[in-house]
Amino acid sequence: MDLGFPLFPEQASTLASRVDALFFFLVAVSVFFVGLIFLLIFVFAVKYRRRADDERPEPIEGKLWMEVAWSVIPFALTMVMFVWGAIIFFDIYNPPEDALEISIVGRQWMWKAQHPTGQSEINELHVPVGQPVKLMMTSEDVIHDFYLPAFRVKQDVLPGRYTRIWFEASKAGVYQLFCAEYCGTQHSGMIGRVFVLEPAEFEKWLSGGATGISMVDQGASLFKRFGCETCHRAGGTNQGPTLAGLFGKTVKLQGGNPVTADEDYIRESILDPRAKIVEGYQPIMPTFKGLVSEEGLLQLIAYIKSLNGAERKAAQR
Amino acid sequence: MNVSEIERREHYLNVNYGIRSWLFTTDHKRIAWLYLLSVTVFFFIGGLFATLMRVELLTPQGDLVQAETYNKLFTMHGVTMVFFFLIPSIPAVLGNFLVPMMIGARDLAFPRLNLASWYIFIIGGAFTLMAAAAGGVDTGWTFYTPYSSIYSNTHVVLTVVGVFITGFSSILTGLNFIVTIHKMRAPGMTWFRLPLFIWAHYATSIIFILGTPVIAITLVLVGLERIFRLGIFDPALGGDPVLFQHLFWFYSHPAVYIMILPAMGVVSELIACFSRKRIFGYSVVAFASLAIAVIGFLVWGHHMFVSGQSVHASMIFSLLSFLVAIPSAIKVFNWTATLYKGSISYDAPMIYALGFIGLFTIGGLTGLFLATLGIDVHVHDTYFVVAHFHYIMVGGAVMGYLGGIHFWWPKMTGRTYPEVWARLAAVLIFVGFNLTFFPQFVLGYLGMPRRYHVYPPEFQVLNVMSTAGASILAVGYLLPLMYLIWSLRYGAVAGANPWRARGLEWQTPSPPPTENFDRTPVVTEGAYAYEKEPAEIYALRKPAHV
Repeated sequence: MDLGFPLFPEQASTLASRVDALFFFLVAVSVFFVGLIFLLIFVFAVKYRRRADDERPEPIEGKLWMEVAWSVIPFALTMVMFVWGAIIFFDIYNPPEDALEISIVGRQWMWKAQHPTGQSEINELHVPVGQPVKLMMTSEDVIHDFYLPAFRVKQDVLPGRYTRIWFEASKAGVYQLFCAEYCGTQHSGMIGRVFVLEPAEFEKWLSGGATGISMVDQGASLFKRFGCETCHRAGGTNQGPTLAGLFGKTVKLQGGNPVTADEDYIRESILDPRAKIVEGYQPIMPTFKGLVSEEGLLQLIAYIKSLNGAERKAAQR
Repeated sequence: MNVSEIERREHYLNVNYGIRSWLFTTDHKRIAWLYLLSVTVFFFIGGLFATLMRVELLTPQGDLVQAETYNKLFTMHGVTMVFFFLIPSIPAVLGNFLVPMMIGARDLAFPRLNLASWYIFIIGGAFTLMAAAAGGVDTGWTFYTPYSSIYSNTHVVLTVVGVFITGFSSILTGLNFIVTIHKMRAPGMTWFRLPLFIWAHYATSIIFILGTPVIAITLVLVGLERIFRLGIFDPALGGDPVLFQHLFWFYSHPAVYIMILPAMGVVSELIACFSRKRIFGYSVVAFASLAIAVIGFLVWGHHMFVSGQSVHASMIFSLLSFLVAIPSAIKVFNWTATLYKGSISYDAPMIYALGFIGLFTIGGLTGLFLATLGIDVHVHDTYFVVAHFHYIMVGGAVMGYLGGIHFWWPKMTGRTYPEVWARLAAVLIFVGFNLTFFPQFVLGYLGMPRRYHVYPPEFQVLNVMSTAGASILAVGYLLPLMYLIWSLRYGAVAGANPWRARGLEWQTPSPPPTENFDRTPVVTEGAYAYEKEPAEIYALRKPAHV
């Protein structure tokens, strides 16, 4: 039936049909209970309508078994919803290992994306069909929210830290991207499009018109430009901890607390080096706040992550 | 009987005259009127903002107002309706009037504090209206940081000062109710003889007292960061923006129960009276109110499933949110069961009450979608949420409020409203409401984000339906305004107990004397003892007192 306008959103990710199945379960439960209550009210209101002014209905105190029944049955149903919903939720926030990682930076009022191979986009995002894509997102100013209705995923994008989300597009096409967290005057203009391409098409898109400098290489040149090498080079002065093999490891801090070296930790160490001092080192690193952009930070992180691979390769040799 | 018979007797309305006798009154019934007038003004101001928004959304383009104006409209709509209409509406108007009367007391425990609460409310309201007049505020009623504390160029401080001040009015009202209910019940009025309206207000008062200080502190922090650049919420200053959301929702989710619990209390009274039966499972309904108030404090994180909070925290909040749904479901089932083998009449208040049950059921069930983690990720911050909370706040709280106003209007004024017009308005509101907000569920699942001034063209048809519904709703709201004012002068004389209701407030003349009761009533039976109604009352539809 074509009404000329949609009543249900497209399903364009592997997640969409799972979310919709749960949605329809809840719709079924809701329709049942709304139907039941409306029917009972209607039947009672007609059947027991007041026929004479002096009617004096028998009082009913209540029935314990009924109270128990209409507490326990809804409770059991909600627990099904809870578990089912939690399972999907966990999957939304646990990206597969092999996901293609794309960086997203939001600002009033635009979305910037950068692929690992270096291609940048504004208010557009090109992704291949059938491959998990993980987004590493941050904001330059206020809270935004990256929302892809056709994929059923949404995540707030915060200033000062990274949030992540992943999806696997299942159908080639063009889909809407909305900012879903109110972010100021042009909030409703902070929209874009996601182009889901067949893998071959995607490769073609990647090779066409790009700078050709990957995020890792861009990060490497920033690393050099800011003079990070001076202290953080393996076998150098060793005034700072070496970064090779750092990413994902547990770092022991001064005072003995451990911290996992994830993206947020690296970001903080660049912008606010004194917040967490690695055990055995002096707090001598200057802040790079104001010197490096959010995109630059993501490139630096990509570079530091790549040092893990280099280490692994060296070990293999 | 003619009109002059109301005037022949001295009562709280004619005991003295003049503006000073109202502005310096400590009579809870007169203070209820002060609130009634004020919240009515705020309701129509908030409604005007909503009307402009709905007209703007007729077309996908931004053509009626600029983006900036639109953002201010939805912000002022939310601030006005939440803080200056919904929260005070039933407690401060009907609660003020009825809490002492229903328990057989002369007044609230602290009459002067009660008057002070109204002045505090008005001062807070004045600040907020000043902010609106000075150019408005555009942060959304949720004041999310760091937008509100750093980036917005509008009158944030003036607005939060208004909300901050008004909060104290809630706290003092809650305090007054709790002390009154504990200490001033008439002889024989034991806890389990109390009308459910009182239980609901007791639960609401707990939230007033425990929750409101938190929003007050939070708004102070927003002001401090905005004025002095203290780093509390803005990460650029070393703050945490998500901390704001925790603090804000710690109050603002329980605030939803501040709006709905009193409406549930009203509905219990109406269902009992118009089916002439005790509420099925009275004590279960009473404890359900307390359960909602208590568990309601532990579910705030369900507003933050996509905010970046820990996945494990989200799981706990999801579980607790399902738990808080159960007492609400229990209430709906008990109200419905009360109708069974009743003697049901369809006077306007009952139409509101039945409408409440229907709309609240839909609102409650759609709340389950939002508590479900996997679904909330998709519908969070879309029109699905907008539809859901309007079903609770407008379909629930406002229907309850209007039902209550109609039910107790004869008591408050001594006159009856025109029944035919009232039924028409109730039906118009029910139809208009559903047409306005049901399409928004569909829009939300389609993915239309809330707070969008401009939207993709495929969403237009549903938006046009919504605006059409809003115009019916507007007529539905204007009708009572007109006929209730009309009835003040031309309405038929009501008598002490036109509904043959059993509550203590009906056992004294309408309008009641300043002292409420000529003699302190002695209570010998539980609430809603309709089966014990003396037979002579049937023969005597006319009240005995006038």
